[in-house]
Amino acid sequence: MNPLRHLRAWLLALALLAPAAHADQMLIIRSGQDFEGAMLTLQNAIAAKGYTLARVQRVDVGLEARGYKTDKYRVVFYGKAEEIAALAEKQPQLMPFLPLNIAIFAEGDQTLLATNRPGVLGEFFPAPELKPVFARWEKDLLEILETVREAR
Amino acid sequence: MRLSAVLFPLLALLPALPGQANDGARLYAQNCAACHGERGSGGIGVPLALPSMRALTTEEYLRRTIRHGRPGRVMPAFASLSDAEVAAIVTHMGSWNPGPPARYADTRIVGDAANGGKLFRNHCASCHGANGEGGKGTGVTLSRPREQTIIAPALHNAGFLASTTDQQIKAILTKGVAGTSMVSFRQKGLKEKDIDDLVAFVRGFEKSPLAKPGAGQPLPEPVLAVESPYDLMTTVANLKRAAETNNFIFIREQTLDEGIVPAGHENRKQQIVYVCNFGLLAQALNTDPRVGLFLPCRFTISEQAGKVTMMASNPKRLSQIFNNSELDEMCEQLTKMYLTIMEDATL
Repeated sequence: MNPLRHLRAWLLALALLAPAAHADQMLIIRSGQDFEGAMLTLQNAIAAKGYTLARVQRVDVGLEARGYKTDKYRVVFYGKAEEIAALAEKQPQLMPFLPLNIAIFAEGDQTLLATNRPGVLGEFFPAPELKPVFARWEKDLLEILETVREAR
Repeated sequence: MRLSAVLFPLLALLPALPGQANDGARLYAQNCAACHGERGSGGIGVPLALPSMRALTTEEYLRRTIRHGRPGRVMPAFASLSDAEVAAIVTHMGSWNPGPPARYADTRIVGDAANGGKLFRNHCASCHGANGEGGKGTGVTLSRPREQTIIAPALHNAGFLASTTDQQIKAILTKGVAGTSMVSFRQKGLKEKDIDDLVAFVRGFEKSPLAKPGAGQPLPEPVLAVESPYDLMTTVANLKRAAETNNFIFIREQTLDEGIVPAGHENRKQQIVYVCNFGLLAQALNTDPRVGLFLPCRFTISEQAGKVTMMASNPKRLSQIFNNSELDEMCEQLTKMYLTIMEDATL
């Protein structure tokens, strides 16, 4: 291989190996879509990864009904039936964190999505058999969030 | 010559390659835009694109801020970014405003910190907090009127103090920050010596870091669990009543798998009870709009092998992933409320 091709290969490898740039234990992304558009994109992205949308908690509706001023604010719950059943059976301490969820809220004509990195659960529950589960959730979640971030 | 001897100097040149500006835009979009806005207009984070920000802060300050973050003030420390990536982000931010960034000498400012403390209490504490801990709330989302562009930053903060220089603090005090509530204290009548004294006082925060709640203590358990002496449905009924007694409103009751399995196939031995204290909820969202990920307040009640257990995620543990000291205090109270409700449900 000539040196230039070798250099290109090195640089490409470095780019691929670069860690996903996430600063902390929270994941937060901004969508250029308005709230309704981003919500639809999110629900489609969740379904595309094989998860079922369990329900949407309308936090803003409850707040406004009691006189509090708020932007649109919802929490989307999602999961996989067999996975939830198996985890609840074998790892009941995980139940308070199931189904998985993502907070979605309006900021002007754009939308923000926030959730915890599933890897955080690995710090809470260090059982080795859970590690691949959390890793899969994190991979799926990053792809879901990236889909929403890139949607226009 | 070995190939690595050629490659490493080349890699060291990467920050200067033409792709840097694009990388900066991409890296900014991935890491910063969610909080600071796509073009730095602000949101949860400060409006980075303000011309006065460019005119008053150095690029080194921005690089250090990305590196150190603001402990306890939402802004995380971006340890995983390379120096080249941090530099690319800062270069991208510079593209929003014409003109060069601020430059200051590194010289320390000598002043009378005791007099600076008196001035701080008179002129600064109302916005920056009595101990320099910063204004309350997080960003414009839900927290405050949108026309208010910035919350007074925390000055008594290790990330801020490690990022700024004395001369930059002096320049900001002297000129104010146009487009924010920070006024020029020279125009407000302070003399240059007074400003030097204020700088000395702020720099003195380094010697007395603010105590972090829970520092030095073992990490709280992620789950609060209380065993119930009652059967599942009695426990659910008790829990609803106990929540209402403790000023929470019952929202809904469902199985853990409702909506995920076909109707009629739910596991009735795993129940969720959602409750809400709306005043607390509004306060929490004002403190940190990301807090929705553990909303609404919920208790999980399960029966396994004849044993009924109530569980809740521990707010005190969860709050630690938010890097928000104000939220930590609220969540500590919420943990106590959860435990009270669960204990009341077993009476």
